[in-house]
Amino acid sequence: MVRYIMRRVFYMLITLFIIATFSFFLMKLMPGSPLSAEDKLSEEQKQIVLEKYGLDEPVPVQYIKYLGGLVQGDLGISFHFDNTPVSKILMDRLGPSLQLGAQSLIFGSLLGILLGLVAAVFHNGALDYTSTIVAVLGTSIPSFVFAGLLQWVFAVELGWFPVALWGSFEHTVLPTIALMIYPMATAARFTRTEMIEVMGSNYITTARAKGLKESEIVFKHGLRNSLIPLITVMGPMAVGLMTGTLVIEQIFAVPGIGEQFVTSIMINDYPTIMGTTLLFSIMFVVIILIIDLLYVVIDPRIRLTGGES
Amino acid sequence: MSKLLEVKDLKVSFNTFNGEVQAVRGVSFDLNKGETIAIVGESGSGKSVTSNAIMQLLPKPHGYVKGGEILFEGEDLVKKSTSEMRKIRGKDISMVFQDPMTSLNPTMKIGTQIMEGLIKHQKMSKEHAKKRAIELLDLVGIPQPEVRMKQYPHQFSGGMRQRVVVAISLACNPKILIADEPTTALDVTIQAQILELMKDIQKKTESAIIFITHDLGVVANVADRVAVMYAGKVVEIGTTDDIFYNPKHPYTWGLLGSMPTLDSAEEELFAIPGSPPDMTNPPQGDAFAARNKFALEIDKVMEPPMFKVSDTHYAATWLLHEDAPKIEPPASVQLRMQGFANTGNKVGDQ
Amino acid sequence: MAEKEKYNSQDVPKDLLVPVKESEKDSERISGPSRTFLQDARRTFLKNKIAMLSVFVLLVIVLFSIIGPGMNEHGLDDQDLTRAKMPPRVAALENISWLGFDGTLSDEFEGNDVEQATQKAVQRYDNNEDFVDVEVLTEGDGSRNSAEVKATYHIYEAKDMQDEYFWLGTDTLGRDQWTRIWLGTRVSLAIGVIAALIDLVIGVAYGGISAFYGGRVDSVMQRIIEVLIGIPNLVIIILMILVLQPGMLSIIIALTITGWIGMARIVRGEVLKLKNQEFVLAARTLGTSNGKIILKHLVPNISGIIIITTMFTIPGAIFFEAFLSFIGIGIVPPDASLGTLINTGFENLRLYPYLLVYPAILISVIMIGFNLIADGLRDAFDPKMHK
Repeated sequence: MVRYIMRRVFYMLITLFIIATFSFFLMKLMPGSPLSAEDKLSEEQKQIVLEKYGLDEPVPVQYIKYLGGLVQGDLGISFHFDNTPVSKILMDRLGPSLQLGAQSLIFGSLLGILLGLVAAVFHNGALDYTSTIVAVLGTSIPSFVFAGLLQWVFAVELGWFPVALWGSFEHTVLPTIALMIYPMATAARFTRTEMIEVMGSNYITTARAKGLKESEIVFKHGLRNSLIPLITVMGPMAVGLMTGTLVIEQIFAVPGIGEQFVTSIMINDYPTIMGTTLLFSIMFVVIILIIDLLYVVIDPRIRLTGGES
Repeated sequence: MSKLLEVKDLKVSFNTFNGEVQAVRGVSFDLNKGETIAIVGESGSGKSVTSNAIMQLLPKPHGYVKGGEILFEGEDLVKKSTSEMRKIRGKDISMVFQDPMTSLNPTMKIGTQIMEGLIKHQKMSKEHAKKRAIELLDLVGIPQPEVRMKQYPHQFSGGMRQRVVVAISLACNPKILIADEPTTALDVTIQAQILELMKDIQKKTESAIIFITHDLGVVANVADRVAVMYAGKVVEIGTTDDIFYNPKHPYTWGLLGSMPTLDSAEEELFAIPGSPPDMTNPPQGDAFAARNKFALEIDKVMEPPMFKVSDTHYAATWLLHEDAPKIEPPASVQLRMQGFANTGNKVGDQ
Repeated sequence: MAEKEKYNSQDVPKDLLVPVKESEKDSERISGPSRTFLQDARRTFLKNKIAMLSVFVLLVIVLFSIIGPGMNEHGLDDQDLTRAKMPPRVAALENISWLGFDGTLSDEFEGNDVEQATQKAVQRYDNNEDFVDVEVLTEGDGSRNSAEVKATYHIYEAKDMQDEYFWLGTDTLGRDQWTRIWLGTRVSLAIGVIAALIDLVIGVAYGGISAFYGGRVDSVMQRIIEVLIGIPNLVIIILMILVLQPGMLSIIIALTITGWIGMARIVRGEVLKLKNQEFVLAARTLGTSNGKIILKHLVPNISGIIIITTMFTIPGAIFFEAFLSFIGIGIVPPDASLGTLINTGFENLRLYPYLLVYPAILISVIMIGFNLIADGLRDAFDPKMHK
């Protein structure tokens, strides 16, 4: 187990190193620098600006310094918000994004599991069809289309929730719903398929032959076995959420990482783009690692045979 | 001996996209207290469906009992409600399934799986149920039961898992134990162990056993009586001696004849040609006629009734009609029958 | 054993108690025609009504993306600010007002009294009082915003363009939305299909080679995948787009740069599974060449999962293109894609909702269609679903 984690962490670090390197050199290829907006500067002033960002040194030296900074958690200084370190910009904006992400992941998967469960238990009934339709729509309709619809109906027309911005819990409702549709639909689909398969398996017949109640069979024997594989789709779900935050935060003007990312792309703020990229990557690899470990912990078949799958 | 279970003219059908499949078409047999009856037949002959019908565990909504009665201690199980049936399942009638690899919940500890039924039916406390579960594991011959209780199915071998399944089915001292091909998926040596175990346990608990199998070799070893099924019907029923020493139905001849024995090296195996009929559209007359070397013209138009051979022995073949041509079993089968008698392969006890 | 008594020996036709002649036996007869797996899969798919409906709808959309832009005389980039933001107007449907194709703008206005509300409405509608119909909803009592009127602005008449028909209206630069939507659909579909095909080729080759050769080759190729899989595709796509010239080609490159990994893993898994199955071993034993094994045994058996994966990739790619265009780094103007159209629609959501509604519906229908077809195919290739 320890060896397994070590190996995984090692790969994680390689991946992150590659992303950091890749994004560093890509950004070097990019047109534009902190100077382009300030054309009228004298040579001396330009020199000062370049020095401030460490751009006066040769690229390899810049690269080494960049990596050195990364190890200490220094992501450089933003081109635009003068003297603000990128890490500070990101830390300031992490809160809303994490809150949105957590809320939509939790509500989305719980609701999805419930939908999938209901669909499987009432297989081929009206509830099954309804939940299947919800799942297909949820995985198909782009989140930004859905967000627009929510904003239009519940904020503009009905005025039940604020149209945009951040502050109270009410502000989080619409963006959370818009974000949670995808995890919900994915969980519903997956739970339904797994549950139908599990409920047809022999050990469910064994449980029936013991004289257990149908509800006991569903919850004690069926659900647990259906949910274990659900962990595997949590990775794609997390990616979906990250992609979602970019547009959802923009639509609802949420001051989070995603909105920041889109803005920095628009204004060519390279240090911030690189910092955000790295942050997304770290979150992603950590989530994937947690998911894999969770799988090992939860499924007794894997835990005790040492990675049989 | 009082009748514990009486199955009367049981008919079970399945609705499929190709129409109604008549899996069981009027099966009758009975079971006495402490007795072992074996139901023998090819796959698709309806033997497992019969047992599932007794448990009222037919796959819903496709499978249903179309007619007949299943009287358990005089009460018709077909008419029982789901909740009434739940009180019988696992308590009075329990079941051992064919595939030990898949019939245990992979993510639940063995102990919990055994205790479930005890807590449910006997209203035992957790502590008490745990003690009883350990006893049961000990009874079915699993060493270190305290340790094994806390393990998961994948930590057990196939034979050990089947012992666990047997332990689960025995938990509440059932009056009837239905064993649906309990040894088919196991190695031969393990098969013998499980059979021994079941015989042993029967002596201790006095449960009646319905033993479903396609293996006549197993039958000789465990059963008091045998019912041979073909195409959803019982074609011959009798004591084990009747079936092995004096079989009357050509299908039984076929089953006996296709069973290799130690001294069968020089003999020719008597194989049954073809495959069982399509049960969406059962043939008119005797369903076995098409594969029967000894078929009579009447088999094509009229179904044979159960002819009485002796008080314990009945067979459904026109060959037993007084006016039918006298046909003896094929030489190889006769030899086999003699073999059984000579080697003193006495049935039922060993 | 109840029957034994019922039988009455009188009823038995005794003349039939004679053995059957050998020749009449037909025990070895096979019932029903035999079908190959692919025939079964096709049959199941064709019987799937939802999937067939999706195929039909998508075919119609593809057809319109080809002929749609040519159906009127407006071009992709015919900018003309004098006719900007014209509402949808369709000749045959313009008299059925609730459909929204009558070429009018309408909204509700509030004021302290009817006059003030009317004034607001007229102001809003280019001060063209002659062409604004006002319907009073609430008279009002003089207090703040107590009166309400519904104003309908006949903008085509006001602009003296009675003969013009913009079926889905015009955008903020006066370009015909119908033409742009179908051209945008064309771009979106093309990106989706091309990206999926590239993923397919790279993924199948990579996964196939990795699994078929195994050993060290597989080990190295898998380590590479293990590193790549850790990179979130969102990050890599955005970085690539930033570096490359924005446009269709860059989007395709960005989407495929990591997109093939999923396919490669699936193909590898399937080939590994098949490689050790008895029928392949049997073919090996019989001395069949590698090439023949791949062609005769592996390809047919994994084609199902490849087709299904590709069908799921297409809507994924279409979504990502729309997503990139939506955040402003995808297709560049004057070219359009469904993503850019939705983006423009968002900017004008409150006043001109029709700019958002049609592209949003279209992209949703396309995504749903592809997903349903993929679902249908998955069922069709699942032997359990064959009836």
